[in-house]
Amino acid sequence: MGNKTKKKIITAEDVRYVAKLSRLSLDEDKIGKFQEQLDGILGYIAQLDEVNTDGVLPTTHVLSSMKNVFREDELRESLTTEAALKNAPEADEHFFKVPKII
Amino acid sequence: MTKKDDYLSNIEGYGRALRENAVSLNSYAEVLASRAIDIDKDIHAFARIDKERVIERAEELENSSRAGRLWGVPVAVKDNLCVKDELTTCGSKILEGFRPPYNATVVEKLIAEGALLFAGANMDEFAFGSSCETSCYGGAKNPWDTSRIPGGSSGGSAAAVASTEVVAALGSDTGGSIRQPASMCGIVGFKPTYGRVSRYGLIAFASSLDQIGPLTRDITDSAILLEIISGHDHRDSTSVNVDVPRYTDSLSQDIKGMKIGIPEEYFQSGIDKGVTDSIDAAIKVYKDLGAETVEISLPHTKYAVSCYYIIGPAEASSNLARYDGVHYGHRCANSQDIIDMYIDSRNEGFGAEAKRRILLGNYSLSSGYYEAYYLKAQKVRTKIADDFREVFKSCDCILTPTAPTTAFKIGERIEDPLKMYLSDVFTIPANLAGLPAVTIPCGFGENDMPVGLQLMAEPFAEETLIRAAHAFERNTDYHKRFAGE
Repeated sequence: MGNKTKKKIITAEDVRYVAKLSRLSLDEDKIGKFQEQLDGILGYIAQLDEVNTDGVLPTTHVLSSMKNVFREDELRESLTTEAALKNAPEADEHFFKVPKII
Repeated sequence: MTKKDDYLSNIEGYGRALRENAVSLNSYAEVLASRAIDIDKDIHAFARIDKERVIERAEELENSSRAGRLWGVPVAVKDNLCVKDELTTCGSKILEGFRPPYNATVVEKLIAEGALLFAGANMDEFAFGSSCETSCYGGAKNPWDTSRIPGGSSGGSAAAVASTEVVAALGSDTGGSIRQPASMCGIVGFKPTYGRVSRYGLIAFASSLDQIGPLTRDITDSAILLEIISGHDHRDSTSVNVDVPRYTDSLSQDIKGMKIGIPEEYFQSGIDKGVTDSIDAAIKVYKDLGAETVEISLPHTKYAVSCYYIIGPAEASSNLARYDGVHYGHRCANSQDIIDMYIDSRNEGFGAEAKRRILLGNYSLSSGYYEAYYLKAQKVRTKIADDFREVFKSCDCILTPTAPTTAFKIGERIEDPLKMYLSDVFTIPANLAGLPAVTIPCGFGENDMPVGLQLMAEPFAEETLIRAAHAFERNTDYHKRFAGE
């Protein structure tokens, strides 16, 4: 490869690794496309390096007046088991049912 | 009923027509639903229209006390707002069949005011998009030209209002998802201050940016809806305990002496000429009304899109970790073990843009990259918010175009994510800084498509925006123009 080839920010190997972290599995032919698109996006995002952020606090909440929210530790009404299980792809009495784990 | 029936153009006109007609609400509702289904064959503003349910709701309303500021008014609800026991799928296959066990707080509030809900307004999958094209149902179309996108992600909400299928709609706005489609469909779209409206029951995209708001034909209706949906809710700990003003009191006030900031960074390259011309004409309207314009600078504007495409996907990848085929939604039919089931269910359920954002988000949060990306973006976000704090010392609100172009063609940008992302360049900053912002129709640009004017103000200064928007409406008639006329 010649010197003109721009260094990739994200490689196909990185995409496979992040897909694994994300619990996604991508077809080999899709990996190249995602890699190319993500590389383009990250290339654009790299402009943030220009901004001097020395001594700048990261935003934790957009409204500086916001404080932690607490409530009394008391019982409140919540969803019934029946309502919580209603949308489950598979349920068994009081439980969500999933494929065998061990 | 034709599209020109202006009784469907606003809440007051609709209420008057309803009172003057002798018919009952349920027979009316049947006509409305049939008419919406008919229009929707071309517009596809809804993932689904459940006519039986609409009529049933009308019957319930007919037997109610007939109280409420929205009694019988058809209001569309975006497909990411939970409506109890009705399909709510966020435009995604991964939520197929999902019927929430509770109502979103905003849905409760609409019901309490007697609204006739039309659930399931079409949207980009998980609100990831600026064109509505990533919906698993196929996108909505722009009522002004059906070969063009309606904008996104609340494209269905905007198209439903612009085509008069309904009188008003609710959408959600994370980086412009109410304002950009409202602008492209020639209507009003209002993103309130972060925390002004409870997000309980809004299916989460990016929790530090998401906010629910109205899409309507005029600012009066947005003020009415805002008054209804705003307020503190203990079920959303980010909702703010600040009194809700009577927003409708800000209508009809004059704007003499109001200082309107014009930021130079929003008028640089990449903007359609038709858009700049319409905005220039709008600035003149404001000057003629006695407002004072102030040249301002928001120097970090050009970093907003980058900042957003780190923070948004990072929060989204975390929020979307819950879709694993266990509790609700799609589960792959024949996985051998639980890890395969997670992977296969997510693979089958998520579309390409959702996968792209999950990958991008998890990449920027992964070990070794967190500081370079996520932390850096949150610092730049502080600088963007500081820019706004600084300029609000010298102006009451800021005027900009809502989007750099008018509605583009369906398919034009879907293969080029970065180009798609850049269509939100003017709307993203308000989300990053938590500001209220509104778009109002202000003209027609390229291809005779609508142009929107954006106004932004300080946190909780919604009243300033309503005042300024209404003054513009009183002196122009763009909000009275109908698609298809």
